[in-house]
Amino acid sequence: MKLSLCAALLCLIAGHATAQGFAGLGSDAEGFAIPQSPAIFDFPTDHGAHPAYRIEWWYLTANLTGPDGTAYGAQWTLFRSALTPNDATGWEASQLWMAHAGLTTPDTHLSAERLARGGIGQAGVTTTPFAAWIDDWSMTSTAPATADALDALSIGAIGDGFAYDLSLTASGPLIFHGQAGYSVKSAQGQASYYYSQPFYDVAGSITLPGGTIPVTGTAWLDREWSSQPLSETQDGWDWVSLQFDDGARLMGFTLRDSARAPFTAATWIDADGTTQSYPDGALRMTPHATTQVAGRAIPTTWRIALPDRALDITATALNPQSWMDVSVAYWEGPVTITGTHQGRGYLEMTGYE
Amino acid sequence: MVYTALSTLFSHWRRHPGQLAMLVLGLALATALWSGVQAINTEARAAYADAAATLGQDRLDRLVRADGRPVPLADYIALRRAGYLVSPVISGELRAGDARLRLLGIDPLTAPPEANTPTLQGEDFNLAAFFTAPGLLLMTGATAAGPLPPDLPPIRTTESFPPGAALTDIGTAARLLGQSDPSYLLIWLDQPAHLPPLSTATNLQRVAPEQRADPAQLTESFHLNLTAFGLLAFAVGLFIVHAAIGLAFEQRRATIRTLRALGLPLRSLLTAFGLELAVLSLFAGLVGIILGYAIAAALMPGVAGTLRGLYGADLPGTLSFDPIWALAALAMTLAGAALAGAQAMGRTARMPILAPALPQAWHQASTRQMRRQAGVALALLSLSGTLALWGDSLILGFGAVACLFLGAALLLPITLSTLLRLAQRGARGPLGEWLLADTRQQLPGLSLALMALLLALSANIGVSTMVGSFRATFVGWLDQRLVAELYVTAQTEAEAARLVAYLTPRTEAVLPVVWADTTLAGRPGAVYGQADHPTFRDHWPLLAALPDAWDSLATGDGVLINEQLARFAGLSPGDSLTITPGVTLEILGIYSDYGNPEAQAIITDDLFAATFPDIAPTRFALRVAPTATAALASALRDDFGLPADAVINQTQIKRFSLEIFEQTFLITGALNLLTLGVAGFALLTGLLTLADMRLPQLAPVWALGITRARLARFELIRSLILAALTFVLALPVGLALAWMLLAVINVQAFGWRLPMQVFPADAGRLLALALLAACVAAALPALRLARISPSRLLKVFAHEA
Repeated sequence: MKLSLCAALLCLIAGHATAQGFAGLGSDAEGFAIPQSPAIFDFPTDHGAHPAYRIEWWYLTANLTGPDGTAYGAQWTLFRSALTPNDATGWEASQLWMAHAGLTTPDTHLSAERLARGGIGQAGVTTTPFAAWIDDWSMTSTAPATADALDALSIGAIGDGFAYDLSLTASGPLIFHGQAGYSVKSAQGQASYYYSQPFYDVAGSITLPGGTIPVTGTAWLDREWSSQPLSETQDGWDWVSLQFDDGARLMGFTLRDSARAPFTAATWIDADGTTQSYPDGALRMTPHATTQVAGRAIPTTWRIALPDRALDITATALNPQSWMDVSVAYWEGPVTITGTHQGRGYLEMTGYE
Repeated sequence: MVYTALSTLFSHWRRHPGQLAMLVLGLALATALWSGVQAINTEARAAYADAAATLGQDRLDRLVRADGRPVPLADYIALRRAGYLVSPVISGELRAGDARLRLLGIDPLTAPPEANTPTLQGEDFNLAAFFTAPGLLLMTGATAAGPLPPDLPPIRTTESFPPGAALTDIGTAARLLGQSDPSYLLIWLDQPAHLPPLSTATNLQRVAPEQRADPAQLTESFHLNLTAFGLLAFAVGLFIVHAAIGLAFEQRRATIRTLRALGLPLRSLLTAFGLELAVLSLFAGLVGIILGYAIAAALMPGVAGTLRGLYGADLPGTLSFDPIWALAALAMTLAGAALAGAQAMGRTARMPILAPALPQAWHQASTRQMRRQAGVALALLSLSGTLALWGDSLILGFGAVACLFLGAALLLPITLSTLLRLAQRGARGPLGEWLLADTRQQLPGLSLALMALLLALSANIGVSTMVGSFRATFVGWLDQRLVAELYVTAQTEAEAARLVAYLTPRTEAVLPVVWADTTLAGRPGAVYGQADHPTFRDHWPLLAALPDAWDSLATGDGVLINEQLARFAGLSPGDSLTITPGVTLEILGIYSDYGNPEAQAIITDDLFAATFPDIAPTRFALRVAPTATAALASALRDDFGLPADAVINQTQIKRFSLEIFEQTFLITGALNLLTLGVAGFALLTGLLTLADMRLPQLAPVWALGITRARLARFELIRSLILAALTFVLALPVGLALAWMLLAVINVQAFGWRLPMQVFPADAGRLLALALLAACVAAALPALRLARISPSRLLKVFAHEA
């Protein structure tokens, strides 16, 4: 049952990491709140959970480097999925939680998953002080009370054969995607609230079967919640978060659609945190080379162009086998950037059958 | 060639449809009883396996609280937050009148993969509905068919879930049972490698599957019992078949001779015989399987009731059909028929081609053979005694019973023969002497049938003595234990306090009944707190005790334990027992506790309150003047407002306990009667076989002027004499069996020993039954003899000439 249940659970959670066709995402948001424009945020409250919305996540990806220069990647994600739009406590709670942890090296990729129900304290998010956790995996604010709670974080997760413990310090502001945080996901108007903290410097350690390695690097936190993020014909997405050597950053995604042209969106982030959002069509993501991963062909090298910023780069997977072997599997791993810009980033691909 | 032989052989059955019916019926009965019992056993074992595998209980360790109370939710969360992989379960039982439903509330999000929870998939399955109120209950169709408690959430049927139980989300179970703390935590097989051992992280107690009471193990003795019964019935059935085949052989001597004289090779003849037997037994086996299935299906609800009453094991009250079972039963029938037919085949093979076609009485009495049998019998009986006295396992106990049966059966012919010879000396008149001598002469032909009768009779005596002893002891024990006139239950602790205040001036004594579920000597059990009161001192007989045990108990210096705990943990007065971590007490005495499979210990109520401060008594035993009992009961209901089922009269409890008891032995009674019926049938076939062959012996007596009617009466009398003598011999065997059941098998199987009581009235009833069976069995041959045409008797002389 476990697997089928998780699959069903993921159907509900879905979104960031899953393909279309899963129940619930394409349907009407009965009883659930719907993101509205203009987006109005209230922090630190909005760093916490939004039980009135069907799905939500706290999604952190980190590009790391060991003492010998070896590149690594780490992922820490907490998903929330509401069965009903209420926030009861105890066993009656209808908020379910799922977390994924990943650790990528140039030649191995390790992943783990945890599930929990809300209301009993096994998993959840608090805002003052900020903490998001499931079992012994956690993302805890270490920021001073005067600063934004997400300015400094401590994250940790332990899976089968791996673990990491990272300290994150932000050197820039929160970034709001789309229309000031109201991020449109399809031509039909599906949307979510979406903001990020892309300016983390990271120090900490990762543990692999061979031992513990001190690491440094950069990280990117995505916060997103919605009740209906995909349209019925959208069957997967390709998402990147890129950090260029000059300090600029780019978030971009392509929602593949079986009935019409893909829907794209992008946010250009200057080193000082100034942002520019790009509408559908501005970003071009083209598969360049595929790799056989878990029995399917997955594009692990991408040509990414944003002509408005004279950007034309190739993003290549650090480890083409960065397969998240969890209930509903997907590809998530670090990439190296070459072309008009250099840098590192993270690539996520869902819905490849 | 074989075909001709076969059709010739079969023509015999066309002319003797009665014999054919007997053969088929005998085989069918043997198969039916054996396969019926096997079907019940198979079904039960499958149910245990299902139950054991539910939630991976056969593989997964659990974390429980030492005192048996629910695990605080905070403890569960603390373990999860520390990284340990454990999953909460809230289990409990919903009751409403007769309806009961066991709920197993799981958390599918953290359940270990080994838990193999049923599939939560399907077209119409709504996952949100499972997780959110009102929730869903998953149960088998049979369980869903009820009776079920009222006001349940929607039900979905699923396969392979234990009967009487439902799987649901832990949230739903928590709401329905009114319990928010997990009953226990399932421990994943693989824990994160970096964590210290679980035992260092929690005070909860880890319980391995083998430490938990396993119904398969507990009920093993019951199934062994059934198997023994089935085997006995099968053996008795084979006696019938043997007799029928033997009869057919004797009657077909002429046919066989003719066939052989016509040039049919012996090999073809034997092949034809084999085929004939195979076809007949295949047919009979099929009939038997259908019959066996019917018997098993009819007995199944009783078996389910018995197992629930005795061991708390849940079985479906219905039977499923297993082809493997049917094939095994058929194979058993074929093998049995081959065994029964081997003698006839052997004699066919040895028969000279030109042997006289005259039927003759089977065996001539062979004193030497009987003596040899008696020697083997004595050896078996002494082996039986040795096993009974010094064996220390259930299997050896049943071995002792088997040896007793076999030995007694083998001893039967020589004993009967000796008794008849002794009687012959005292016989008056030539007719009496002839009757006894003729009876003796018939012994070899009837001995198999009589052995069957002996076995059935002694099994009957043994089992009814055991059940009777058990019942008498149980009733006496109930009388002793249930001395208080009324038992009341309060819903809450506050109500309990008001109740005590209300009752104190109105009763002679208010004795709290309070207990904590705990683990005693590694087994699940309960500790009871008991007030020091003459009610207990005067009425609880102790099987073994230290001096002044009750005084020491009253001062909190020790503990009383039940016989079951003493036996399985090997404890005696003076040893010490840990009743909960940190509290170890001296064992002051051992009390009998019939019908309770679990360990139990009693401490004084003060010590109980100090040891288990969270548990307050809500049940009370009330001592009232017997005349005032009814008035107080109605006052409690009407004035105090207790619900009707919260006030229980001791007579009600006794009646309920006895009902459970009676149901427990329902099966035994049914099987007993069936075995006796089969034995009676064996006697009938034996007599029928002999009837025709005995004409040469009867004809001269008839020729001397004894009428056929008188001869027929003699037949009846002879049959009665044999049955009565067999009964006399069955008495000691049955009593020995009862002793073995009570003192050996019961102790091994249940952990308690019962004093044996003899019930002469039961034995008298059985004697009447045995004589009736003999009468019925002899009636048909006697009737035939009475109506035989004189010419047939005359022919005997013609043939001799």
